Amino acid sequence: MENLGLFFAILGAALAALLAGAGSAKGTGMTGQAAAGVVTDDPSQFGHVLVLQLLPGTQGIYGLLVAFIALQNLGVISGNIQDISLLKGLSYLAACLPIAIVGYISAINQAKTAVASIALAAKRPDQFGKSMIFPSMVETYAILALLISFLALNGVSSLTF
Amino acid sequence: MSVLPMKRVLIIGLRKDRKQMLELLQRKGALQITTTKADEDEENDVFKHIDMSSAKTTFDKNVVLATQALGVVDAVVPPQGGGGMFAGREKMSLTDYQTHTAQREKIMEMVYDINALAKKRAEIQADIPKYEAQLEALSPWMQFELPLEFAGTKTTKAFVGTLPNEQSMQQILEDIHKNAPTVEGVDVSIVSASSEQTCVLIVCHKNDAATLEEALRRMNFARPVVSGGVPTTMSAELQNRLSKLHEAEESTKDKIASYASRRDDLKFIIDYFKMRSDKYEIISGLSQTKRVFLIDGYIPAKDANALQSLLESRFDCCIELKDPDPSEDPPVKLKNNWYATPVEGVVAGYSLPNKFEIDPTFVASLFYYCLFGLMLSDAGYGLIMIIFCAVVLAKNKNMEKGTADFIRMLLGCGIGTLFWGVMFGSFFGDAATKIATTFFGVTEVPNYFPFAPVWFDTIKEPIRMLGFAFIIGLIHMFTGLGVLAYMDIKQGKILDAIYDVLFWYMLLIGCVGLLLTTDMIASMFGLNLNLPPVFGTVMMVMALIGAVGIILFGGRESRNPFKRILKGLYALYGISSYLSDVLSYSRLLALGLATAVISQVFNQMGTMAGNGPVGIVLFIVVFLLGHTLNLLINALGAYVHTNRLEYVEFFGKFYNGGGKEFTPFKENTNYYNVQE
Repeated sequence: MENLGLFFAILGAALAALLAGAGSAKGTGMTGQAAAGVVTDDPSQFGHVLVLQLLPGTQGIYGLLVAFIALQNLGVISGNIQDISLLKGLSYLAACLPIAIVGYISAINQAKTAVASIALAAKRPDQFGKSMIFPSMVETYAILALLISFLALNGVSSLTF
Repeated sequence: MSVLPMKRVLIIGLRKDRKQMLELLQRKGALQITTTKADEDEENDVFKHIDMSSAKTTFDKNVVLATQALGVVDAVVPPQGGGGMFAGREKMSLTDYQTHTAQREKIMEMVYDINALAKKRAEIQADIPKYEAQLEALSPWMQFELPLEFAGTKTTKAFVGTLPNEQSMQQILEDIHKNAPTVEGVDVSIVSASSEQTCVLIVCHKNDAATLEEALRRMNFARPVVSGGVPTTMSAELQNRLSKLHEAEESTKDKIASYASRRDDLKFIIDYFKMRSDKYEIISGLSQTKRVFLIDGYIPAKDANALQSLLESRFDCCIELKDPDPSEDPPVKLKNNWYATPVEGVVAGYSLPNKFEIDPTFVASLFYYCLFGLMLSDAGYGLIMIIFCAVVLAKNKNMEKGTADFIRMLLGCGIGTLFWGVMFGSFFGDAATKIATTFFGVTEVPNYFPFAPVWFDTIKEPIRMLGFAFIIGLIHMFTGLGVLAYMDIKQGKILDAIYDVLFWYMLLIGCVGLLLTTDMIASMFGLNLNLPPVFGTVMMVMALIGAVGIILFGGRESRNPFKRILKGLYALYGISSYLSDVLSYSRLLALGLATAVISQVFNQMGTMAGNGPVGIVLFIVVFLLGHTLNLLINALGAYVHTNRLEYVEFFGKFYNGGGKEFTPFKENTNYYNVQE
């Protein structure tokens, strides 16, 4: 049981990749269906709707990024795994939670916005510039969560207990 | 740098020159023609509209037919090379255009011919499976030497047909006996048998025919689906017909293929009728009398005189140029230098400036390449973008302006990316260090780019990068406010500039200054400024003056003093949106980190097998796949979020837009660009 700290730390990394990735998978799935529908009607719209489809995909990348940093700090990637205390492990878990949870929720809501934007861009291709902005508003919160997760991880890895 | 000034044009021309003049205007593409509806001249008897919609419909139909014919030819002989999506339209001289135009009847005949051939080919292609199905149905009967309709002799009755499943002679006889015990002397011969069906000839005495038929029906006996004689003869005939059909198919295909060399004519005729259709739409919207017609429109002032003298030299016409009335809302065309022009598309994507605003393209372009570069920030990716864009631009001289501008914008973004990549020491992530340590056994990595950053490493010092991102954000937003002040001053509203911009400058700079004096910020960013105490006081006073100014004048449009102060307080509350705007620039750090960390992940994965042949192959594969993916996804992210910062944080400070785009009457073609 003395390695429980490591377990919780890896749980945090896993949750970051898992929840944010799941949100992005669901999100790009939703937008992909809408985009494919538009392209059946007007193949020239492919470039535009592809951009909009990919927008909810970034949360998964942010989750991956945080998970990777956590695993690297723990030494899981290089193979010399550190022995860390329970408190430090739980701190790792806490640090990963913002991007895990906000990533999941924002990916799905961004996808809903992006689906609406795809409809907008399909009906009025000249308004593509604006249609891109609405989903990116939702992404702001994923970016803020990523920032906090990243800063917290940085701080946690230098804890000495 | 600016919105081009427009002139209002009124041209009065003679009806006999109408065709030539409109074609000239269409080729020049400099004039936006204002069309009017027919019901607008109900009031007067002089001017009439001529309805050209039926002619336009014919032209549109021809465009559809010719496009269809081109599609048919392309499907049989796929076009070679082409120039891809960046190629743009080919240039065509006026004499070429005229020789082609003279042949338009012939080209249209060819179009009809190709479409007829395509129809014929489709019919043949539909017939072939029909005969093949008959041949297939005939195949189990090939051993049968009588006609399939054979009904019997004078005294016998014959049943030709199939029974379900594979059955032996014994089984069939037993079944017949079971179902028709009274019938005797039945002769069964099996023609062929497969697991699905057994083909049989059953013969009995004529007197038993009815009973046997009833029995056979219960045994699910069925007549053959094909008929028409002896199977071998029928089969030979079908084979013959099929080979003729295949021949005919080949020959129509060859005929279609022979038109492949005339693809250019098809493309021309599509463009030709498209242009005529556009022209007739314009004619329908013009006011005309018996002898003259009127063209009303807008033209950029710089082109006005050239067009006037060109028209007057060629036609008898009267041209009046004047400045648009202040109440008018002339269309907007932007004009910028080489540096800013590529960003025009980004501005147009938001909205073109309305008539009170200046063109924001130049100020937006000052930040665009830099912000994009900060978010992608990898020298390797920047190099790839630069090379790709430069090659595309060099190879496609005829590229359409919109596409070329976009590629040029990407080129600028690539340069920004390269610059910040060098600053932050990222060249395909940490590829240089990884390669040196894994494959060359280097233990001491040198201290220069691409092994080390020129400025600082964002992954190692994220807080420093965060601070830098906020500084960039403040500069960006202050510039936006500055443009607002510039527009106010230009319109003579100097007080507005003070109330809406100067007070905010004071408040924001004061607040930032105060923050710098706090221990929290100083320790967070590791600053050791040693500011004198008077600095804090000055900042505080400045912030207070700004805040009071905003409270007093933020709601100045209200007469009621109480309401005015309340509105002023609400305006001051807007400082919270400045806070969130500044925080929004943290995406510069986050997206930059995303690129850098993901490329490190791929480099790490690539070097996992260590040195050696396997390790090298693994590294190359992972490197190529991983970095392609990372570049595409993060370039997309950087593009979207650069636009967002420009649209929301920057344009939000000063820009409303709402101008209408200048859409000249021009050659709206797909393949050719006819030039004088």
